[in-house]
Amino acid sequence: MFDFTEVNPMAINFLYPNYEVERNYDRCISCRACERQCANEVHEYLPDQNKMVCDDSKCVNCQRCVSICPTRALKIVKTNNTYKENANWTGKAINEVYRQAGSGGVLLSSMGNPENYPVYFDKILLNASQVTNPSIDPLREPMETKVFLGAKPKAIERDARGRIVNNLPPHLSLSMPVMFSAMSFGSISYNAHESLARAAEELGIMYNTGEGGLHEDFYRYGKNTIVQVASGRFGVHPDYLNSGAAIEIKMGQGAKPGIGGHLPGAKIIGDVSRTRMIPEGTDAISPAPHHDIYSIEDLRQLVYSLKEATEYKKPVIVKIAAVHNVSAIASGIARSGADIIAIDGFRGGTGAAPTRIRDHVGIPIELALASVDRRLREEGIRDNVSLVVGGSIRSSADIVKAVALGADCVYIATSALLALGCHLCGSCHTGKCNWGIATQNPELVKRLNPNLGYKRLVNLLTAWKHEIKEMMGGMGINSIESLKGNRLMLRGVGLNEKELEILGIKYAGE
Amino acid sequence: MREGQVRIPAGCAISGLIDRTGKRMSGEAIIRSIAVMRDRSNGLGGGFAAYGIYPEYKDYFALHVFYDGMAAKKECEEFLESHFDIINLSKIPTRKVKSITDEPLIWRYFVTPLPTKLADSQLDEREFVAKCVFRVNTYINGAYIFSSGKNMGVFKAVGFPEDVAAFYKLDEYAGYCFTAHGRYPTNTPGWWGGAHPFALLDYSVVHNGEISSYDANRRAIEMYGYKCTLMTDTEVITYIIDYLHRKKGLTLEEISLVIAAPFWQTIQGMPQEKRELCEYLRIAYEAQLITGPFSILVGFEGGLMALNDRLKLRSMVAGEKGDMVYIASEEAAIRAIEPELDRVWYPKGGEPVIVRLYGGQSDGN
Repeated sequence: MFDFTEVNPMAINFLYPNYEVERNYDRCISCRACERQCANEVHEYLPDQNKMVCDDSKCVNCQRCVSICPTRALKIVKTNNTYKENANWTGKAINEVYRQAGSGGVLLSSMGNPENYPVYFDKILLNASQVTNPSIDPLREPMETKVFLGAKPKAIERDARGRIVNNLPPHLSLSMPVMFSAMSFGSISYNAHESLARAAEELGIMYNTGEGGLHEDFYRYGKNTIVQVASGRFGVHPDYLNSGAAIEIKMGQGAKPGIGGHLPGAKIIGDVSRTRMIPEGTDAISPAPHHDIYSIEDLRQLVYSLKEATEYKKPVIVKIAAVHNVSAIASGIARSGADIIAIDGFRGGTGAAPTRIRDHVGIPIELALASVDRRLREEGIRDNVSLVVGGSIRSSADIVKAVALGADCVYIATSALLALGCHLCGSCHTGKCNWGIATQNPELVKRLNPNLGYKRLVNLLTAWKHEIKEMMGGMGINSIESLKGNRLMLRGVGLNEKELEILGIKYAGE
Repeated sequence: MREGQVRIPAGCAISGLIDRTGKRMSGEAIIRSIAVMRDRSNGLGGGFAAYGIYPEYKDYFALHVFYDGMAAKKECEEFLESHFDIINLSKIPTRKVKSITDEPLIWRYFVTPLPTKLADSQLDEREFVAKCVFRVNTYINGAYIFSSGKNMGVFKAVGFPEDVAAFYKLDEYAGYCFTAHGRYPTNTPGWWGGAHPFALLDYSVVHNGEISSYDANRRAIEMYGYKCTLMTDTEVITYIIDYLHRKKGLTLEEISLVIAAPFWQTIQGMPQEKRELCEYLRIAYEAQLITGPFSILVGFEGGLMALNDRLKLRSMVAGEKGDMVYIASEEAAIRAIEPELDRVWYPKGGEPVIVRLYGGQSDGN
């Protein structure tokens, strides 16, 4: 008999899988598609029994097998195995202790903060016209969503004939107030990048290289590309800087404010290595700070270095994470020569972040946006910069609310990945993305067909544009600039007075 | 609640007329014109702006002030005395009208900035006056300067416009240009400051409509030192015009391309020079674009501008007879005073009608 007193607690991991694969054997035809499709090797075929079996413990709940099963024999269910119920020590909290006691390591997660913090967008409601002014039908009347990002000219200049001289600082022109946020080639696949680049071109918006350089195949999408310069400076060279429509200096990211990035050597292969300009197999470490930027005056120098390198023809974006004193930081950036400030909220996604950082650092984008917009106006410098916000924008309604709070434009990334097939399993850091998005494994990458992927992105934003126009028309607004900062179009529900004050909006019924 | 603490939407009637020779006429015509459109107002606000009415004081700023009581008057006069040379002051003459009640104290001051104060401020004369007006209206409780131009004046109250005219004895003034307003607010403003016209320096605006871009416009203009104390569309439109015209040096034609900007699809079809101008103005002054229904009459020294929103969501008609130009919400309001017109037309949305005195003062830009 087995002597249980001899069991070494280190030998068992104590963890019961969170999700169980439920297979309906009446439907399963043992075609083994699930087995072939799962990079996590959950499914296995037993030839002697002609039967599929699975190991739940390997399942990340990415829904790939569920989606491709031809007979709909599979579903993933939350396990009903439970620890003794405890409102303080939740199953998740207990499991994390077990995992760290087993590994001695920092917990890693991917995608955005999933915890139950308030989502302020869901507590804000929009206005519509009744009687005293007419709503406008976007199917009958022009409804303008075009936006320009960049600084405003300080004064009117006229030539000898009295004509106004075009003294506009460099700016970005977008067909709608949305851009694809930074995701590096390396963190996501070639096919994902191609989908984003082609969609940006067709939609008349921008995508963002992230800190991974720009693959030589994608220089042709330059006028729809924002090239990023981050703390690792991977892939940065003069052609790169001059190839895009704008340059973004990444100071921070909403998913992991205050820390850097780490792309494991295993992903630095082939084109990724060449594009980043580092040897194959070396880890790509982006330091937490830029080591040439220890304060605002250093940032100013980098802004102007990049402007010098591009002959003052391209707007410079400075991207920061939404942290406690975000409005003071933004105010400094608005005086540092930057043309655009991008603010990333604490729900922003990532390819990999320490779980504790992702889930506990930063502030909601709605509050950050409202206070930055107000601060810049109070200081009379709102015209120096445009504001772009992200983390997380989930729908056209979030966009309309963000613009009414004061944003010029939003950044989306998670919703773009969802459009490409992502199911938010939050396992990007494993590199085994079954949807071909967050992986460099050629077998997996080819599952994402860029011809279909780009079309789905175009569809998503085309649909959102229609919805934005409907909401604007309902408010009697026929141009997006009249929505910008128009906080009277917003009302709060379920918010306390302090929250209303920070958001600068009235309560519903007021 | 006083207007300014609450935002009150309103429908309205507007009318304006100007003699391009600069010849002065009595206020009687504009009264008859606005009275025709009684149905478009509901007795909760009426008013007039009159240009050329103070020729004997034409070099002095004419401040028209509402006071809630003597304390406010005392405080405001102390402020005025410390900033201006007051050439003349008096109550504005009124007569009793049954339907006009709860009148505040209404005073008029002809002033010029004290040279030392003006020099210390490093501002030009008009900016100095504008800043003083904001100071009084924002910080002196119960005092409200509702007219501050030279050789012009605003007269307004809670009531039907023809009653307001009778109250202020408007028929006894003579000017070369008048605008008028009858208000149909959806709420009950108890306070006279909320009536139109709204004015700053010599710019006055009467407005029919409810703009949907209000808060975007308000928050933008407040960044440039303006204070929107009334929360009315007319107030913010006046400040936008003052900002673009006086501070930025745009012409009235350029201003109309900002506040009622052509649609992008229209701009794309324009000849190059016009297209570049329109693109520039839309991008540079995007926060001054006004959307939602409006028809406005902007009075200024030496002229009158009429403008509709770019979809023309409010009626507005213009007529011409000899040297006279008339603009009103309804043609009937023009025919009532001039049945035989040389020309009648309906200005398109976003297409300004700008009328200036012959060879007279330009609009400054």
